[in-house]
Amino acid sequence: MSSTSAVVDERIKETSKLRKALIRPELGAIVGVIAVFAFFIVFAGDSGMFNAQGVLNWSTVSAQFVIIAVGACMLMIAGEFDLSVGSMIGFAGMSIAIISVTLQWPVWIAILLTFALCIAVGALNGFIVVRTGLPSFIVTLAFLFILRGFTIFFPQLIERRTIIGGISEKAAGDWLAPVFGGKVGGGFFNWLAEMDMIAVFERGTRAGEPIVNGIPMLIIWALGLMIVAHVVLTRTQFGNWVYAAGGDAQAARYVGVPVNRVKIQMFMFTAFCACVFATCQVMEFGSAGADRGLLKEFEAIIAVVIGGALLTGGYGSVIGAALGALIFGVVQQGLFFAGVESSLFRVFLGVILLLAVILNTYIRRIITGER
Amino acid sequence: MEPYDHNPIVEMRDIEKHFGPVIALNGVSFDVRPGECHCLLGDNGAGKSTFIKTMAGVHKQTRGEIFFEGRPMSFDSPRDAMEAGIATVYQDLAMIPLMSVTRNFWMGREPIKRVGPFKFMDFKTANDVTMEEMRKMGINLRSPDQAVGTLSGGERQTVAIARAVHFGAKVLILDEPTSALGVRQTANVLSTIDKVRKTGIGIVFITHNVRHAMAVGDRFTVLNRGKTLGTAQRGQITPEELQDLMAGGQEMVALEGSLGGTV
Repeated sequence: MSSTSAVVDERIKETSKLRKALIRPELGAIVGVIAVFAFFIVFAGDSGMFNAQGVLNWSTVSAQFVIIAVGACMLMIAGEFDLSVGSMIGFAGMSIAIISVTLQWPVWIAILLTFALCIAVGALNGFIVVRTGLPSFIVTLAFLFILRGFTIFFPQLIERRTIIGGISEKAAGDWLAPVFGGKVGGGFFNWLAEMDMIAVFERGTRAGEPIVNGIPMLIIWALGLMIVAHVVLTRTQFGNWVYAAGGDAQAARYVGVPVNRVKIQMFMFTAFCACVFATCQVMEFGSAGADRGLLKEFEAIIAVVIGGALLTGGYGSVIGAALGALIFGVVQQGLFFAGVESSLFRVFLGVILLLAVILNTYIRRIITGER
Repeated sequence: MEPYDHNPIVEMRDIEKHFGPVIALNGVSFDVRPGECHCLLGDNGAGKSTFIKTMAGVHKQTRGEIFFEGRPMSFDSPRDAMEAGIATVYQDLAMIPLMSVTRNFWMGREPIKRVGPFKFMDFKTANDVTMEEMRKMGINLRSPDQAVGTLSGGERQTVAIARAVHFGAKVLILDEPTSALGVRQTANVLSTIDKVRKTGIGIVFITHNVRHAMAVGDRFTVLNRGKTLGTAQRGQITPEELQDLMAGGQEMVALEGSLGGTV
């Protein structure tokens, strides 16, 4: 041992390994996940919630939440909010439907154009926020209404209705559509079925085929976005800038961090995530509706906060946000499996939100020395 | 080796700065040489902050000249000044308390490690250097992951100073580094200033506390109402005289009398 480690402040107590492992931003979400799973294993353990279909069911719903929570998490750490996420989901879905069904353009062009459009709107959100210095809360609240308004207006103007279907037919044979609406691992699930490890259809045209015949791309996107965002945030220079931009924008500027650029890029990333969500949803349903994505922005923000992020920025964890999203998905679907009235979903969520945030605040104070 | 033998690193001549109708600086001259601690004293509103922000590239002077290592220089941004070697440690804005010491230390200049086509932040190097630089300043961190918020005020200033030194500052501007600190922490920061000065860096120490200035200063310049009242070398001026200059002379004498000479 070198002489440096020999000098130890006598007032610092040796902290145990367990305590060190527990004191992390995600602790609230981890405890929440354990509590939620324990609850449903007890109350819905024999309802089919934990067989292949059941797992796929709540995983898919959770994955939807993860996709938007990852975006919201990065943006919140950078010190901003995006309340237009829900409207952006409706807007993106409608954009794909109008371009592919009404204009009869190929689906891949519809998807690419929609991504470009959404990311541009995200950039505009960010640009207005950093240029005017207005709170992002207000700017994106304006876009919540603007985007939703367009989402209802255009299909009514063009098609005289607010739901546009027929996308599945258009998407058949398209090269890009399966990236969002497809499934992977079909062979593996067939093999599982042959081994009698998962359920198969008993009769009908698909008799003998496994009921769960692949993992939806939605889940792959959720995992991919989560891993990439986590690595970028914790392991790269850019990640450090994201924390710095949200922690104290002025201090970050003084040492040369391009705070405005970082914030605008995070708005664009949030828009990208909303667009991934919308595209997967449209490909799955085969239609776009003007009311899609309602209240999603708040669900994303709640997942992020359960995950340990600080509402004012500079602190948080993508893994925590993903766990928060998992809590959401499991509770929403689990109450259905447990046969409980689904309106209790909100009660349950409210309680978890409160408990997780109280625990998170306590943990954060230990870590950061806030008083 | 007397510091006065060297040519100034930064020299500011007759700097004026106007903000609309307000004349914040009305002809200030100041220079700092390698290895000296030049104290800039002045009461609140004397123009200290405006002056150092001009030196640090935050403001552009309305009139006057800045020479850097003998050449006329004009900084368009704090980044410019930093590249040239002028580092500023602001009183409150030095550190982000939510972030770890390492993340703060390297903020804006993170070390990069390439893995294939990807660029990652090299945390191993970053942590090692941070620990080493902090140890040189006499602070033993529990861990480089420790959030800056868990450090004391004096330690935070020290992290900021260590950071500036590590990144090759030639001039270090310290904006009231001791004003919010307790006795012990102030002593620590003053001894850090002394260590840094001995490495040949020129220090501009802004304060309104004469005793802190006297403890480490080689030269003293007093600002009052946007003007320099003169520069004195160590040993040529008493703390009482400095105090009087800062407060504007006569009234202070009267006040001090009524307070029993305790100010």
